Amino acid sequence: MMNTAFPPSITTRPVYGLLEPHPGSEHLMVADGEGGGALLDLFAKADGQGIDLRPTAHVIYVRAANGTDMGDRLAALGAARFYHGPSLSAAMPRICKALGDAHMGLQIYLAGTETLIGVVQSEAMKVGYPHDGVHTEHRGSLARRVQCVHCKGITENVTTDPMVCSHCGLHLYVRDHYSRRIAAFQGVNIDAEDPGQVPEMVEKFP
Amino acid sequence: MSSGGPHIQARVADVIPVNALIKTFRFEPVDGSPVPPFSGGSHVVVEMNDNGTRRLNPYSLMSDPSDTKGYSISVRRDDFGRGGSLYMHNHVTPGMEMTISYPVNLFPEDARARKHLLIAGGIGITPFIAHMAQMDRRNANFELHYGVQSRSLGQLGDELKRSYDNRVHLYYDDENIRIDLPRLLRSQPLGTHVYVCGPKGMINAVRELAAQAGWPRGAIHSEEFLAPPVGKPFSVELARTGITVEVAAVQSLLEAIEAAGVDPPYLCRGGACGQCECNVLDCEGDIEHNDHWLTPEQRASQKKIMPCVSRFTGSRLVLDL
Repeated sequence: MMNTAFPPSITTRPVYGLLEPHPGSEHLMVADGEGGGALLDLFAKADGQGIDLRPTAHVIYVRAANGTDMGDRLAALGAARFYHGPSLSAAMPRICKALGDAHMGLQIYLAGTETLIGVVQSEAMKVGYPHDGVHTEHRGSLARRVQCVHCKGITENVTTDPMVCSHCGLHLYVRDHYSRRIAAFQGVNIDAEDPGQVPEMVEKFP
Repeated sequence: MSSGGPHIQARVADVIPVNALIKTFRFEPVDGSPVPPFSGGSHVVVEMNDNGTRRLNPYSLMSDPSDTKGYSISVRRDDFGRGGSLYMHNHVTPGMEMTISYPVNLFPEDARARKHLLIAGGIGITPFIAHMAQMDRRNANFELHYGVQSRSLGQLGDELKRSYDNRVHLYYDDENIRIDLPRLLRSQPLGTHVYVCGPKGMINAVRELAAQAGWPRGAIHSEEFLAPPVGKPFSVELARTGITVEVAAVQSLLEAIEAAGVDPPYLCRGGACGQCECNVLDCEGDIEHNDHWLTPEQRASQKKIMPCVSRFTGSRLVLDL
Protein backbone atom coordinates (compact mmCIF):
# COMPACT_ATOMS: atom_id res chain seq x y z
CA MET A 1 0.00 0.00 0.00
CA MET A 2 1.33 3.37 -0.98
CA ASN A 3 1.50 6.68 0.77
CA THR A 4 -1.93 8.26 1.30
CA ALA A 5 -3.25 11.25 -0.66
CA PHE A 6 -5.58 13.42 1.46
CA PRO A 7 -8.31 15.65 0.02
CA PRO A 8 -7.95 19.39 0.72
CA SER A 9 -9.18 20.40 4.17
CA ILE A 10 -8.89 23.11 6.82
CA THR A 11 -5.38 24.27 7.69
CA THR A 12 -5.19 22.53 11.06
CA ARG A 13 -5.62 19.16 9.41
CA PRO A 14 -2.13 17.58 9.28
CA VAL A 15 -0.54 16.75 5.96
CA TYR A 16 2.26 14.27 5.49
CA GLY A 17 5.14 13.85 3.10
CA LEU A 18 7.33 11.09 1.77
CA LEU A 19 10.24 9.83 3.84
CA GLU A 20 13.65 10.78 2.44
CA PRO A 21 17.05 10.28 4.06
CA HIS A 22 18.39 13.44 5.77
CA PRO A 23 21.88 14.16 7.06
CA GLY A 24 22.09 13.50 10.77
CA SER A 25 24.10 11.85 13.51
CA GLU A 26 21.36 9.39 14.52
CA HIS A 27 18.12 8.27 12.88
CA LEU A 28 15.10 7.40 15.00
CA MET A 29 12.41 5.66 12.95
CA VAL A 30 9.03 4.81 14.40
CA ALA A 31 6.32 3.05 12.40
CA ASP A 32 3.21 0.97 12.78
CA GLY A 33 1.48 -1.49 10.44
CA GLU A 34 1.77 -0.49 6.79
CA GLY A 35 4.17 2.29 7.84
CA GLY A 36 6.82 -0.43 7.87
CA GLY A 37 6.69 -0.25 4.08
CA ALA A 38 7.65 3.42 4.19
CA LEU A 39 10.72 2.51 6.27
CA LEU A 40 11.69 -0.26 3.81
CA ASP A 41 11.38 2.32 1.01
CA LEU A 42 13.42 4.84 3.04
CA PHE A 43 16.30 2.37 3.42
CA ALA A 44 16.08 1.50 -0.27
CA LYS A 45 16.24 5.20 -1.22
CA ALA A 46 19.23 5.73 1.08
CA ASP A 47 21.00 2.69 -0.37
CA GLY A 48 20.32 4.07 -3.85
CA GLN A 49 21.97 7.36 -2.82
CA GLY A 50 24.95 5.54 -1.34
CA ILE A 51 23.94 6.38 2.26
CA ASP A 52 24.07 3.57 4.83
CA LEU A 53 21.54 4.42 7.52
CA ARG A 54 21.95 1.09 9.33
CA PRO A 55 24.80 1.90 11.75
CA THR A 56 22.95 4.97 13.10
CA ALA A 57 19.35 3.76 12.81
CA HIS A 58 17.07 2.95 15.72
CA VAL A 59 13.92 1.32 14.34
CA ILE A 60 10.88 1.02 16.58
CA TYR A 61 8.07 -0.89 14.94
CA VAL A 62 4.68 -1.95 16.24
CA ARG A 63 1.89 -4.02 14.80
CA ALA A 64 -1.09 -2.07 13.49
CA ALA A 65 -4.46 -2.10 15.23
CA ASN A 66 -5.79 -3.84 12.09
CA GLY A 67 -3.24 -6.64 12.52
CA THR A 68 -0.75 -5.70 9.78
CA ASP A 69 2.75 -6.73 10.89
CA MET A 70 5.87 -6.22 8.75
CA GLY A 71 8.26 -6.81 11.63
CA ASP A 72 10.18 -9.69 10.04
CA ARG A 73 11.07 -7.74 6.92
CA LEU A 74 12.18 -4.74 9.00
CA ALA A 75 14.25 -6.97 11.30
CA ALA A 76 16.06 -8.30 8.23
CA LEU A 77 17.25 -4.77 7.34
CA GLY A 78 19.96 -4.93 9.98
CA ALA A 79 19.49 -1.58 11.74
CA ALA A 80 21.81 -0.95 14.70
CA ARG A 81 18.85 -1.08 17.07
CA PHE A 82 15.53 -2.71 16.32
CA TYR A 83 12.46 -3.07 18.52
CA HIS A 84 9.38 -4.97 17.51
CA GLY A 85 6.41 -4.55 19.80
CA PRO A 86 2.71 -5.27 20.10
CA SER A 87 1.44 -1.68 20.40
CA LEU A 88 2.44 1.97 20.42
CA SER A 89 1.75 2.21 24.14
CA ALA A 90 4.15 -0.68 24.74
CA ALA A 91 6.81 1.16 22.72
CA MET A 92 6.28 4.60 24.29
CA PRO A 93 8.79 4.27 27.17
CA ARG A 94 11.47 3.27 24.65
CA ILE A 95 10.56 6.19 22.36
CA CYS A 96 10.65 8.68 25.24
CA LYS A 97 14.01 7.35 26.41
CA ALA A 98 15.42 7.62 22.88
CA LEU A 99 14.22 11.24 22.62
CA GLY A 100 15.47 12.12 26.09
CA ASP A 101 18.97 10.75 25.45
CA ALA A 102 19.35 12.21 21.96
CA HIS A 103 21.40 15.15 20.74
CA MET A 104 20.63 17.69 18.04
CA GLY A 105 21.43 16.04 14.75
CA LEU A 106 18.94 13.25 15.46
CA GLN A 107 16.58 12.78 12.53
CA ILE A 108 13.07 11.60 13.39
CA TYR A 109 11.09 9.60 10.82
CA LEU A 110 7.49 8.59 11.53
CA ALA A 111 5.38 6.39 9.27
CA GLY A 112 2.03 4.70 9.42
CA THR A 113 -1.24 5.81 10.99
CA GLU A 114 -2.05 9.36 12.00
CA THR A 115 -2.21 8.22 15.61
CA LEU A 116 1.35 6.92 15.58
CA ILE A 117 2.67 9.97 13.73
CA GLY A 118 0.77 12.42 15.92
CA VAL A 119 1.53 10.81 19.27
CA VAL A 120 5.27 10.49 18.63
CA GLN A 121 5.45 13.98 17.09
CA SER A 122 3.79 15.31 20.24
CA GLU A 123 6.47 13.59 22.38
CA ALA A 124 9.18 15.18 20.22
CA MET A 125 7.52 18.58 20.76
CA LYS A 126 7.56 17.99 24.52
CA VAL A 127 11.34 17.75 24.47
CA GLY A 128 11.51 21.02 22.50
CA TYR A 129 11.91 19.64 18.97
CA PRO A 130 10.11 21.70 16.28
CA HIS A 131 7.03 19.81 15.12
CA ASP A 132 7.78 20.59 11.49
CA GLY A 133 11.30 19.19 11.79
CA VAL A 134 9.89 15.66 12.03
CA HIS A 135 9.71 13.65 8.77
CA THR A 136 6.39 11.89 8.25
CA GLU A 137 4.65 9.60 5.77
CA HIS A 138 1.11 8.30 6.10
CA ARG A 139 0.34 4.70 5.25
CA GLY A 140 -2.35 2.27 6.21
CA SER A 141 -5.57 2.88 8.07
CA LEU A 142 -7.17 6.32 8.21
CA ALA A 143 -8.56 5.55 11.69
CA ARG A 144 -8.51 8.64 13.90
CA ARG A 145 -7.73 9.39 17.50
CA VAL A 146 -10.58 11.64 18.63
CA GLN A 147 -10.94 13.84 21.67
CA CYS A 148 -14.46 14.48 22.92
CA VAL A 149 -14.59 18.27 23.38
CA HIS A 150 -17.19 17.78 26.14
CA CYS A 151 -15.64 15.21 28.50
CA LYS A 152 -12.07 15.46 27.09
CA GLY A 153 -11.84 11.68 26.89
CA ILE A 154 -9.89 10.28 23.96
CA THR A 155 -11.25 7.44 21.82
CA GLU A 156 -8.73 5.51 19.72
CA ASN A 157 -9.17 3.98 16.26
CA VAL A 158 -12.31 5.83 15.27
CA THR A 159 -13.40 4.78 11.78
CA THR A 160 -16.96 6.12 11.67
CA ASP A 161 -18.61 9.52 11.64
CA PRO A 162 -20.56 10.17 13.78
CA MET A 163 -19.07 8.06 16.56
CA VAL A 164 -19.87 7.36 20.18
CA CYS A 165 -17.50 8.79 22.79
CA SER A 166 -16.08 5.80 24.66
CA HIS A 167 -15.98 7.89 27.86
CA CYS A 168 -19.22 9.86 28.13
CA GLY A 169 -21.34 8.16 25.48
CA LEU A 170 -22.27 11.30 23.52
CA HIS A 171 -22.68 11.02 19.77
CA LEU A 172 -19.85 13.01 18.22
CA TYR A 173 -19.29 14.56 14.81
CA VAL A 174 -15.61 14.03 13.92
CA ARG A 175 -14.10 17.29 12.74
CA ASP A 176 -10.90 17.79 10.72
CA HIS A 177 -9.92 20.21 13.51
CA TYR A 178 -6.71 18.75 14.97
CA SER A 179 -4.69 19.34 18.13
CA ARG A 180 -0.96 18.73 17.71
CA ARG A 181 -0.42 18.86 21.48
CA ILE A 182 -2.68 15.91 22.23
CA ALA A 183 -2.42 14.41 18.73
CA ALA A 184 -6.18 14.11 18.32
CA PHE A 185 -9.03 15.26 16.11
CA GLN A 186 -11.91 17.02 17.83
CA GLY A 187 -15.31 15.35 18.26
CA VAL A 188 -18.33 17.59 18.85
CA ASN A 189 -21.78 16.46 20.02
CA ILE A 190 -23.90 16.06 16.90
CA ASP A 191 -27.37 15.99 18.53
CA ALA A 192 -26.97 18.73 21.12
CA GLU A 193 -29.85 20.79 19.72
CA ASP A 194 -32.16 17.92 18.82
CA PRO A 195 -31.39 15.06 21.23
CA GLY A 196 -31.77 11.71 19.55
CA GLN A 197 -31.52 13.11 16.00
CA VAL A 198 -28.30 11.27 15.14
CA PRO A 199 -27.40 10.75 11.48
CA GLU A 200 -26.52 7.25 10.42
CA MET A 201 -22.95 6.18 11.22
CA VAL A 202 -20.83 5.93 8.10
CA GLU A 203 -17.36 4.38 7.86
CA LYS A 204 -15.38 7.46 6.82
CA PHE A 205 -11.91 6.57 8.10
CA PRO A 206 -11.29 2.94 7.04
CA MET B 1 0.22 56.94 14.11
CA SER B 2 3.03 57.25 11.63
CA SER B 3 4.23 54.39 9.44
CA GLY B 4 7.02 53.27 11.76
CA GLY B 5 4.60 52.76 14.65
CA PRO B 6 4.13 54.88 17.77
CA HIS B 7 7.03 56.91 19.09
CA ILE B 8 8.49 57.95 22.41
CA GLN B 9 9.98 61.37 23.11
CA ALA B 10 13.05 60.44 25.12
CA ARG B 11 15.88 62.17 26.89
CA VAL B 12 19.36 60.73 26.72
CA ALA B 13 19.88 59.88 30.39
CA ASP B 14 23.39 58.52 30.08
CA VAL B 15 26.18 57.92 27.58
CA ILE B 16 28.73 55.37 28.77
CA PRO B 17 31.87 54.59 26.77
CA VAL B 18 32.37 50.81 26.99
CA ASN B 19 35.60 50.62 25.01
CA ALA B 20 37.39 52.21 22.03
CA LEU B 21 34.52 51.30 19.68
CA ILE B 22 31.33 50.91 21.71
CA LYS B 23 29.19 53.37 23.64
CA THR B 24 26.05 52.54 25.61
CA PHE B 25 23.14 55.00 25.47
CA ARG B 26 20.31 55.17 27.98
CA PHE B 27 16.95 56.69 26.95
CA GLU B 28 14.19 57.73 29.37
CA PRO B 29 10.84 59.29 28.42
CA VAL B 30 10.82 63.08 28.65
CA ASP B 31 7.50 63.03 30.55
CA GLY B 32 8.76 60.50 33.10
CA SER B 33 6.18 57.88 32.16
CA PRO B 34 7.22 54.21 32.01
CA VAL B 35 8.37 52.83 28.67
CA PRO B 36 6.37 49.98 27.09
CA PRO B 37 7.63 46.59 28.26
CA PHE B 38 9.47 44.52 25.66
CA SER B 39 10.68 40.97 25.12
CA GLY B 40 14.30 39.91 24.67
CA GLY B 41 15.49 40.42 21.10
CA SER B 42 13.49 43.62 20.50
CA HIS B 43 14.90 46.67 18.77
CA VAL B 44 13.94 50.33 18.58
CA VAL B 45 14.52 52.75 15.71
CA VAL B 46 16.40 55.85 16.85
CA GLU B 47 15.78 59.06 14.91
CA MET B 48 18.72 61.38 14.38
CA ASN B 49 18.78 64.83 12.90
CA ASP B 50 22.27 64.89 11.47
CA ASN B 51 22.65 68.45 10.29
CA GLY B 52 19.49 68.33 8.20
CA THR B 53 19.81 64.67 7.21
CA ARG B 54 17.24 62.52 8.96
CA ARG B 55 18.75 59.21 9.97
CA LEU B 56 16.72 56.33 11.38
CA ASN B 57 18.76 53.40 12.64
CA PRO B 58 17.55 50.22 14.38
CA TYR B 59 19.35 49.15 17.56
CA SER B 60 18.67 46.12 19.76
CA LEU B 61 17.52 46.84 23.30
CA MET B 62 20.04 45.55 25.82
CA SER B 63 18.39 46.63 29.05
CA ASP B 64 16.53 44.24 31.32
CA PRO B 65 13.03 43.71 29.84
CA SER B 66 11.56 44.18 33.34
CA ASP B 67 13.08 47.68 33.60
CA THR B 68 10.35 50.09 32.46
CA LYS B 69 12.14 53.31 33.45
CA GLY B 70 13.96 53.43 30.13
CA TYR B 71 15.83 51.59 27.40
CA SER B 72 19.53 50.99 26.79
CA ILE B 73 21.25 50.35 23.48
CA SER B 74 24.88 49.98 22.48
CA VAL B 75 26.33 51.40 19.30
CA ARG B 76 29.54 50.28 17.66
CA ARG B 77 31.27 53.13 15.83
CA ASP B 78 31.72 52.51 12.11
CA ASP B 79 34.11 55.11 10.68
CA PHE B 80 33.36 54.02 7.12
CA GLY B 81 29.58 53.65 7.41
CA ARG B 82 26.86 56.05 6.33
CA GLY B 83 27.18 58.15 9.45
CA GLY B 84 24.51 57.00 11.90
CA SER B 85 26.88 55.37 14.37
CA LEU B 86 29.31 58.30 14.07
CA TYR B 87 26.47 60.70 14.85
CA MET B 88 25.55 58.68 17.94
CA HIS B 89 29.17 58.63 19.07
CA ASN B 90 30.09 62.24 18.30
CA HIS B 91 26.91 64.24 18.82
CA VAL B 92 24.66 62.45 21.28
CA THR B 93 25.21 63.69 24.81
CA PRO B 94 23.32 63.32 28.09
CA GLY B 95 20.28 65.59 28.32
CA MET B 96 19.60 65.62 24.57
CA GLU B 97 16.05 64.92 23.45
CA MET B 98 15.55 62.28 20.76
CA THR B 99 12.67 60.37 19.22
CA ILE B 100 12.70 56.59 19.40
CA SER B 101 10.14 54.07 18.18
CA TYR B 102 8.23 51.62 20.31
CA PRO B 103 10.05 48.27 20.53
CA VAL B 104 9.52 45.66 17.83
CA ASN B 105 10.74 42.09 18.12
CA LEU B 106 12.05 40.26 15.06
CA PHE B 107 14.33 38.00 17.10
CA PRO B 108 12.30 36.52 19.96
CA GLU B 109 13.25 33.42 21.89
CA ASP B 110 11.27 30.32 20.97
CA ALA B 111 9.60 29.42 24.26
CA ARG B 112 9.08 25.84 23.10
CA ALA B 113 12.83 25.18 23.21
CA ARG B 114 14.25 23.17 26.10
CA LYS B 115 17.63 24.83 25.80
CA HIS B 116 18.74 28.08 24.18
CA LEU B 117 22.20 28.14 22.60
CA LEU B 118 23.19 31.78 22.04
CA ILE B 119 26.06 32.58 19.69
CA ALA B 120 27.21 36.19 19.33
CA GLY B 121 29.99 38.05 17.60
CA GLY B 122 31.06 41.63 18.39
CA ILE B 123 28.21 44.10 18.78
CA GLY B 124 25.82 41.20 17.96
CA ILE B 125 25.80 40.57 21.70
CA THR B 126 23.20 43.28 22.41
CA PRO B 127 19.94 41.37 21.83
CA PHE B 128 21.25 38.48 23.91
CA ILE B 129 21.83 40.67 26.97
CA ALA B 130 18.06 41.23 27.21
CA HIS B 131 17.36 37.59 26.28
CA MET B 132 19.58 36.35 29.08
CA ALA B 133 17.97 38.61 31.69
CA GLN B 134 14.58 37.27 30.61
CA MET B 135 15.68 33.63 30.48
CA ASP B 136 17.51 33.81 33.80
CA ARG B 137 14.40 35.15 35.51
CA ARG B 138 12.35 32.14 34.54
CA ASN B 139 15.18 29.65 35.06
CA ALA B 140 15.37 28.77 31.37
CA ASN B 141 18.34 26.71 30.26
CA PHE B 142 20.73 28.87 28.21
CA GLU B 143 24.36 29.06 27.24
CA LEU B 144 26.18 31.97 25.57
CA HIS B 145 29.19 31.71 23.29
CA TYR B 146 30.57 35.18 22.59
CA GLY B 147 33.43 35.96 20.27
CA VAL B 148 35.18 39.36 20.07
CA GLN B 149 38.33 40.63 18.36
CA SER B 150 40.32 41.11 21.55
CA ARG B 151 40.01 41.31 25.34
CA SER B 152 40.14 45.11 25.06
CA LEU B 153 36.82 44.96 23.14
CA GLY B 154 35.25 42.32 25.36
CA GLN B 155 33.86 44.31 28.30
CA LEU B 156 30.23 43.45 27.59
CA GLY B 157 31.23 39.78 27.76
CA ASP B 158 33.14 40.29 31.01
CA GLU B 159 30.03 41.81 32.55
CA LEU B 160 27.88 38.87 31.42
CA LYS B 161 30.48 36.44 32.78
CA ARG B 162 30.16 38.12 36.19
CA SER B 163 26.36 37.76 36.08
CA TYR B 164 25.97 34.29 34.60
CA ASP B 165 29.37 32.66 35.26
CA ASN B 166 29.75 29.26 33.61
CA ARG B 167 26.80 29.78 31.29
CA VAL B 168 29.00 32.32 29.45
CA HIS B 169 31.92 31.30 27.22
CA LEU B 170 34.23 33.99 25.81
CA TYR B 171 36.47 33.80 22.74
CA TYR B 172 39.16 36.17 21.42
CA ASP B 173 40.16 36.31 17.75
CA ASP B 174 43.58 37.88 18.35
CA GLU B 175 44.55 35.09 20.75
CA ASN B 176 43.18 32.51 18.33
CA ILE B 177 40.66 31.36 20.92
CA ARG B 178 37.69 30.56 18.68
CA ILE B 179 34.33 28.86 18.95
CA ASP B 180 34.48 25.26 17.74
CA LEU B 181 31.11 25.48 16.02
CA PRO B 182 30.88 21.92 14.65
CA ARG B 183 31.64 20.43 18.07
CA LEU B 184 29.33 22.86 19.85
CA LEU B 185 26.43 22.04 17.53
CA ARG B 186 27.02 18.29 17.80
CA SER B 187 26.93 18.23 21.57
CA GLN B 188 23.55 19.90 22.14
CA PRO B 189 20.69 17.93 23.69
CA LEU B 190 17.57 17.33 21.62
CA GLY B 191 15.21 20.31 21.84
CA THR B 192 17.98 22.93 21.70
CA HIS B 193 17.37 26.04 19.61
CA VAL B 194 20.33 28.05 18.35
CA TYR B 195 20.30 31.84 18.00
CA VAL B 196 23.05 33.74 16.23
CA CYS B 197 23.69 37.46 15.89
CA GLY B 198 26.92 38.96 14.64
CA PRO B 199 28.88 39.45 11.42
CA LYS B 200 27.40 37.98 8.24
CA GLY B 201 30.13 35.31 8.03
CA MET B 202 29.33 34.07 11.51
CA ILE B 203 25.58 33.95 10.84
CA ASN B 204 26.08 32.06 7.59
CA ALA B 205 28.54 29.63 9.19
CA VAL B 206 26.19 28.79 12.05
CA ARG B 207 23.16 28.42 9.77
CA GLU B 208 25.03 26.19 7.32
CA LEU B 209 26.79 24.03 9.91
CA ALA B 210 23.57 23.51 11.87
CA ALA B 211 21.65 22.52 8.74
CA GLN B 212 24.43 20.13 7.68
CA ALA B 213 24.47 18.61 11.17
CA GLY B 214 20.76 17.79 10.83
CA TRP B 215 19.22 20.63 12.86
CA PRO B 216 15.67 21.35 11.72
CA ARG B 217 15.19 24.74 10.10
CA GLY B 218 12.78 25.80 12.87
CA ALA B 219 15.46 25.42 15.55
CA ILE B 220 17.86 27.89 13.90
CA HIS B 221 17.29 31.62 14.53
CA SER B 222 19.35 34.59 13.40
CA GLU B 223 19.18 38.34 13.20
CA GLU B 224 21.13 40.66 11.01
CA PHE B 225 20.23 44.26 10.26
CA LEU B 226 21.82 45.39 7.05
CA ALA B 227 23.02 48.92 6.54
CA PRO B 228 21.59 50.37 3.33
CA PRO B 229 24.48 50.11 0.88
CA VAL B 230 25.93 53.09 -0.97
CA GLY B 231 25.48 53.00 -4.76
CA LYS B 232 24.91 55.04 -7.88
CA PRO B 233 22.14 57.68 -7.84
CA PHE B 234 18.89 56.77 -9.58
CA SER B 235 15.36 58.08 -9.91
CA VAL B 236 12.08 56.41 -9.10
CA GLU B 237 8.47 57.23 -9.99
CA LEU B 238 5.82 56.89 -7.30
CA ALA B 239 2.63 56.02 -9.17
CA ARG B 240 0.05 56.81 -6.48
CA THR B 241 1.71 60.05 -5.39
CA GLY B 242 2.52 61.07 -8.94
CA ILE B 243 6.03 62.30 -8.24
CA THR B 244 9.54 61.33 -9.28
CA VAL B 245 12.12 61.02 -6.51
CA GLU B 246 15.88 61.23 -6.94
CA VAL B 247 17.82 58.79 -4.76
CA ALA B 248 21.32 60.02 -3.92
CA ALA B 249 24.37 57.77 -3.70
CA VAL B 250 24.51 57.65 0.10
CA GLN B 251 20.76 57.69 0.56
CA SER B 252 18.50 54.66 0.69
CA LEU B 253 15.40 54.45 -1.49
CA LEU B 254 13.27 54.57 1.65
CA GLU B 255 15.07 57.68 2.91
CA ALA B 256 14.62 59.42 -0.44
CA ILE B 257 10.90 58.61 -0.49
CA GLU B 258 10.52 59.92 3.06
CA ALA B 259 12.49 63.06 2.22
CA ALA B 260 10.00 63.69 -0.60
CA GLY B 261 7.19 63.78 1.97
CA VAL B 262 5.76 60.30 1.45
CA ASP B 263 5.36 58.13 4.55
CA PRO B 264 5.69 54.47 3.50
CA PRO B 265 5.55 51.65 6.06
CA TYR B 266 8.75 50.37 7.72
CA LEU B 267 9.87 48.70 10.93
CA CYS B 268 13.47 47.49 10.89
CA ARG B 269 15.04 49.51 8.07
CA GLY B 270 17.56 46.72 7.71
CA GLY B 271 16.09 44.31 5.15
CA ALA B 272 14.80 41.82 7.70
CA CYS B 273 11.19 42.45 8.69
CA GLY B 274 9.26 42.71 5.42
CA GLN B 275 7.17 45.68 6.51
CA CYS B 276 8.32 47.98 3.68
CA GLU B 277 7.75 45.38 0.92
CA CYS B 278 6.52 47.32 -2.09
CA ASN B 279 4.99 46.39 -5.46
CA VAL B 280 6.98 47.31 -8.54
CA LEU B 281 4.64 48.45 -11.33
CA ASP B 282 7.26 48.91 -14.03
CA CYS B 283 10.93 48.11 -14.15
CA GLU B 284 13.28 48.74 -17.04
CA GLY B 285 16.60 47.79 -15.54
CA ASP B 286 17.87 45.76 -12.62
CA ILE B 287 16.79 45.88 -9.00
CA GLU B 288 19.69 45.25 -6.62
CA HIS B 289 17.93 43.22 -3.97
CA ASN B 290 19.96 43.63 -0.79
CA ASP B 291 17.33 42.39 1.67
CA HIS B 292 16.97 38.95 3.23
CA TRP B 293 13.19 39.00 3.09
CA LEU B 294 12.11 38.30 -0.50
CA THR B 295 12.30 34.78 -1.89
CA PRO B 296 14.61 34.06 -4.85
CA GLU B 297 11.50 33.77 -7.06
CA GLN B 298 10.17 37.16 -5.93
CA ARG B 299 13.55 38.73 -6.61
CA ALA B 300 13.79 37.24 -10.07
CA SER B 301 10.27 38.46 -10.93
CA GLN B 302 11.31 42.14 -10.36
CA LYS B 303 7.76 42.71 -9.07
CA LYS B 304 8.74 43.41 -5.45
CA ILE B 305 11.31 45.64 -3.79
CA MET B 306 12.33 46.39 -0.22
CA PRO B 307 13.00 50.15 -0.28
CA CYS B 308 14.97 50.12 3.00
CA VAL B 309 18.07 48.43 1.56
CA SER B 310 17.54 47.77 -2.15
CA ARG B 311 18.71 49.91 -5.07
CA PHE B 312 18.18 50.13 -8.82
CA THR B 313 20.15 50.60 -12.02
CA GLY B 314 18.33 51.20 -15.28
CA SER B 315 16.09 53.62 -17.10
CA ARG B 316 12.72 53.36 -15.36
CA LEU B 317 11.41 52.18 -12.00
CA VAL B 318 7.78 52.74 -10.98
CA LEU B 319 6.58 51.84 -7.49
CA ASP B 320 3.04 51.43 -6.14
CA LEU B 321 3.40 54.23 -3.59
